[in-house]
Amino acid sequence: MDAVFSNFDEYLKAFGLTIGLFVVSSILSLVLGVFLAALRVGPVGIMRKAATVYIGIFRNTPLVIIFIFMAVAAPKLGYNFKFIEDWEVGGYHVSSFFFRSCLALTLYTAAFVCEAFRSGVNAVPLGQAEAARAIGLTFAKSMRLVVLPQALRAVVPPLTSVQVALLKNTSVAAAFGIAEATATMHALTNDNADQRPGIFLSFAVGYIILVEVLTLSSYVIERRWRVA
Amino acid sequence: MSGNVLFDAPGPRTIARHRVYTGITLLAILGLVLLIVGKLNETGQLEYAKWEPFVTPDYVRVLLVDGLLKTLEMAFFAIIFAVVVGLALGVGKLSEHRWIRLPSFLVVEFFRAIPVLLLMIFIFYMLSVGDGPLSSFWCVVLALTLYNGSVLAEVFRAGVNAVPHGQVEAAYALGLRKTQVMTIIQLPQAVKIMLPAVVSQCVVALKDTTLGVYILAPGLTFISKQIYLQFFNQVPTAIVVAALFIACNLILTWIAHMLQRRLTGEKSAPAVPTGDGAGAGTF
Repeated sequence: MDAVFSNFDEYLKAFGLTIGLFVVSSILSLVLGVFLAALRVGPVGIMRKAATVYIGIFRNTPLVIIFIFMAVAAPKLGYNFKFIEDWEVGGYHVSSFFFRSCLALTLYTAAFVCEAFRSGVNAVPLGQAEAARAIGLTFAKSMRLVVLPQALRAVVPPLTSVQVALLKNTSVAAAFGIAEATATMHALTNDNADQRPGIFLSFAVGYIILVEVLTLSSYVIERRWRVA
Repeated sequence: MSGNVLFDAPGPRTIARHRVYTGITLLAILGLVLLIVGKLNETGQLEYAKWEPFVTPDYVRVLLVDGLLKTLEMAFFAIIFAVVVGLALGVGKLSEHRWIRLPSFLVVEFFRAIPVLLLMIFIFYMLSVGDGPLSSFWCVVLALTLYNGSVLAEVFRAGVNAVPHGQVEAAYALGLRKTQVMTIIQLPQAVKIMLPAVVSQCVVALKDTTLGVYILAPGLTFISKQIYLQFFNQVPTAIVVAALFIACNLILTWIAHMLQRRLTGEKSAPAVPTGDGAGAGTF
């Protein structure tokens, strides 16, 4: 434990990086995932097929392999995203490694976000849509007024588990040179052979706190959105 | 909810519009494919030399035997052990005794909330580095067992709870004991309910074996790393390995689909037993 407490700023910085990876890829994957879900429930056959193929590919490829694509293979194709390093966010420069990790996490997670949304739309009883059509709402209106508000409620639990998985998956970035929590734990474990269980536990507690925060906030949202 | 309730049958104008959408999508896909192939060609990734290891028998053998087979072995052991651990923890969480329920709950929540990689590194340093008793292969198996076992415990618990309560009451009424109710009434019915979740967990475990590359465990990723470090063919290697994983996972999903159809097929038989139906006596 001493190793953690004497390097506590390092510990916090590591979890800060974990949270950074999580927030950026969470937002990006939500955007991409909703787009894919829209393609998947839409009326145009070829769009449905394209989205299905995307999901088939990315859900069945291990995250490590996608990371290899982004971190090792992409630079060989000339995509090293170095231009990202010119950007400045809050006084920090974004490293291209960070950006590529986010990209890998986004591409992977979007497939699961899409499935969560699709299952949410599927959870709305058929009668609701039929009733909306029966009272003469157009497709857009029945979607906006009847189906989506209910789907959004149904989507919270599966979406939460996708986000929790994303949070834990940020640890894979450790294998590709990002000094986030797992990599820092590895480094500390390497240097302090006598305190390994303590180091492991303190990092595990960090992750557990983050996961609990996510789960609790989803619970609060679920409660707040619940209809009578 | 099937989509077709939401739209009227498309009229001529809608059909024309959908054609335009189809055309645009096709163009976009074509453009993407051309961009990728063009980029691969431009950077010389399509040269024969880069792909040579994947058509050389020796390398293919290494890739399949030392790589894929080891990965599958790892996943196989992890799943088998995880089912056992998951069953124990899941039943533990359903126990009537608090001193069994509480530890099961804590263990499940702990291993579900931490990343597998963190666990794997810890196990590797505790049990393998130096003169530890386990090879890195078994470290991966152990980490995956603990993680997937905890996830499966939750699946088993939910599956058992999903069995209609009348079944349990009927079993007690017949004079079965608590253990008998669990083993011969609840679990067999729960298996059908939770099969899809168990198989998707198998896919997760198979994908997670790749994390072993961080602790130098053998497997497909480890071999592929050696190949691309020798031939500098990162892109072709990544494509080949991804294709292998996708194929394995699709086969696994397909098997699950068949298995599920087999196991739950009886359910779609008429609800009123006809007496001679294959599924008549199996409820």
